[in-house]
Amino acid sequence: MTPLSGYLLLSAFLFAIGLAGALTRRNGIIVLIGIELMLNAANLNFIAFWRFSEHPETLTGIMFVIFSIGVAAAEAAVGLALIIAIYRHYKTTDVDEMDSLKG
Amino acid sequence: MAWIVKNLWLIPALPILAAGFTAIAKQSARKFAATLAIGSMVLSLLLSLCAFAHALQFSGHGEETRQVFNFNWFQFGDQWLQLGWVLGPLTAVMLVMVSFVGLMIFIYSVGYMAHDENFTRFFCFLSLFAGAMLGVVIANSLLLLFISWELVGLTSYLLIGFWYHKPSASAAAKKAFITTRIGDVLFLLGMVWLYAQSGTLLFYDHGAGCLEQSALAKMVAQTTGIGMAVSTAIGLLIFAGAVGKSGQVPLHVWLPDAMEGPTPVSALIHAATMVAAGVFLVARVYPLMATHLAGAAVETTALQVITWIGAITAFFAASIAVAQNDIKRILAYSTVSQLGYMMMGLGVGGVAVGMFHLITHAFFKSLLFMGAGSVIHGCHEEQDIRHMGGLRKFMPVTFVTYAAGMLALCGFPLFFSGFWSKDEILHSAHNWPVSPWPFYLGVAGALLTAFYMMRQVCYVFFGKERLPASQSSHSHSDSHSAAAHANHSSTPHESPTVMTIPLAVLAAFAILLGFIGTPAWPWFQRFLGGKVEAGFNAGMVSLMISSSIVVFLGLGLAWWFYGRQPIEKAEAPDALEKLRPDLFGLLQNKYFIDEIYEATIIRFNAWWATVCDFLDTWVWNGAVQAISYFVLGLSWLNRLIDEYVVNLGFDEGCHGVRGGGKFMSRLQDGRVQNYLRVLGIALVVLVLILVWGWHAA
Repeated sequence: MTPLSGYLLLSAFLFAIGLAGALTRRNGIIVLIGIELMLNAANLNFIAFWRFSEHPETLTGIMFVIFSIGVAAAEAAVGLALIIAIYRHYKTTDVDEMDSLKG
Repeated sequence: MAWIVKNLWLIPALPILAAGFTAIAKQSARKFAATLAIGSMVLSLLLSLCAFAHALQFSGHGEETRQVFNFNWFQFGDQWLQLGWVLGPLTAVMLVMVSFVGLMIFIYSVGYMAHDENFTRFFCFLSLFAGAMLGVVIANSLLLLFISWELVGLTSYLLIGFWYHKPSASAAAKKAFITTRIGDVLFLLGMVWLYAQSGTLLFYDHGAGCLEQSALAKMVAQTTGIGMAVSTAIGLLIFAGAVGKSGQVPLHVWLPDAMEGPTPVSALIHAATMVAAGVFLVARVYPLMATHLAGAAVETTALQVITWIGAITAFFAASIAVAQNDIKRILAYSTVSQLGYMMMGLGVGGVAVGMFHLITHAFFKSLLFMGAGSVIHGCHEEQDIRHMGGLRKFMPVTFVTYAAGMLALCGFPLFFSGFWSKDEILHSAHNWPVSPWPFYLGVAGALLTAFYMMRQVCYVFFGKERLPASQSSHSHSDSHSAAAHANHSSTPHESPTVMTIPLAVLAAFAILLGFIGTPAWPWFQRFLGGKVEAGFNAGMVSLMISSSIVVFLGLGLAWWFYGRQPIEKAEAPDALEKLRPDLFGLLQNKYFIDEIYEATIIRFNAWWATVCDFLDTWVWNGAVQAISYFVLGLSWLNRLIDEYVVNLGFDEGCHGVRGGGKFMSRLQDGRVQNYLRVLGIALVVLVLILVWGWHAA
């Protein structure tokens, strides 16, 4: 069976890709996709730690991840709605252009 | 006639009212002013006569010799301050004297002041004076007496300075006011002390007044720090007021200078009434002076002091009068001297003796002053007796009346009032148990009195006329005198009838008044003082003879010096001056009293004023300045702190906050990815710390 570190490495790899996407891309939708990747990396960690825990029969990890995916879905919906609203307002999805909160 | 006691206030109120009306009248309302003043005086005289008659009535019955009317004035704390008036023999005779002499002088003034442009003002002041003086006389409260007393002083000041454009007159007015003030301050102290001791300022209040038995007994029993009875100390303080007003040594210096006022003023205020107010005051509070403990010395200290001061003044002023050349100044010193006699009379013989001389003196001295005024008027405002002479021919009425007054003043035997009153004083002084010296001084004064009066009469009425050719040299530079003189010839002339009639009336009184107080029929003494034995005794007769000899000696000596050969030239030196120039100079300069005061008290006062001014400028002002500079420095420091510490700190704070804000706002650039980057870096750092920490643990 694949050891825990393999899952963790995969999860870290996924997180890094998500983070890089979120940090470097200008398009708001790509940034959202990066965020979803990082969330899923976190979900993978939950599952991995649950599976290798002392009481895998309690289903706690599954519960967390299902909630997390639900929240992430809601978040994605809100995020996409925001991006559409921003696009309607600014006629762009470039996050660098969206600096009206600048001090 | 009992209504008069309650309404006694009308007597002074009428002239004061007249003064009030005159004060608001126009300056040109001469006839109105004179009529009002004389009318009010006539009414006052009538009321005074009523009061006198009433006093005669009830004092004859041997019951209470005085009637009082007291009322509450105002309340302070739980005490009422009371004022009131008293009608007794003393008040009655003074009332009649003051209103009668006042009336004569008012009438005389109509003639004397006829050319003065301030005629209305003069009558206003004169009426006010008469009212105030009558107020002094009727007062039954030391406070009411003091108020009137000060009013009298004020009007005296106003009238001495009546010709205020003359610098000498305004200086004399100030001198009179300030000198009398010295006495008045002590008088006020005495009054306050009396109030503290007896709790009342009423003289007579049915047994509760301060001059009645219970209060006196209390005050006599107590002694002050220097072993003097309290009543004596208070009496001496009150006497100090009398010394100031009555021109006794050492406060006599103002009275001769007061002759700068118009002559009727000199006659009324500075001869007959105001200066006699001091004597009257002593007579009024006489019980306070004279009461002593049972079994103690016969004479109280207060009476001894009064006697000595009176005797010294009597001799001292008479000697100065010998060497004066101003007709009014001679009379002024004579007044001072006679006031000394009155004081001495009060000291040695009691109320009746002093008051008798006061009354007779008021008549003959106002007569003399008015005669002098008539002479001055007739000689075109000439006052120097060396420039008169021979006026007997030009002014017969004035001469005769003046001679009557002069003989009364000298004490010419038997027919003149001055003889009887002065002789009584000398007789009492002769019997004085303490010391014979007041008697000797009195006799010497009598000799000098006869001498200087004869000298004056020789200079003025006898000899050759010596009026200077140019008339304007010695006038008061009044605008009126020039106008008046234009109508006159240069020779002396008799005064108008309105001036000579009062002279004649007063001359009659100067002769007749003596007969109410002769030893053969001492009506006056009985009226004032109770039981007096009538009739002569051997000592009295011998004393009368010797005093007559003294008078004749004085008259004869003066005649020998000045009348034997008629004085030809005004420039000729005085006969006494040829004899003893040193002594004459000393007397002519009034013993240099003015100069001594100038060199000591006035210089000290000026020095003290300079010191005070110096203290004011440098010490007190310096202290104030220093404090204000200190405060100024403090506030300057405050401002600095405010400006550079508080303000700057605040500004810097604001600046810092603004800078911080700017820096912080630069961080918040609104780019979500930047925030995320920071988060990412922070995460890495956190992980690193955790890993490092885990390893360290």
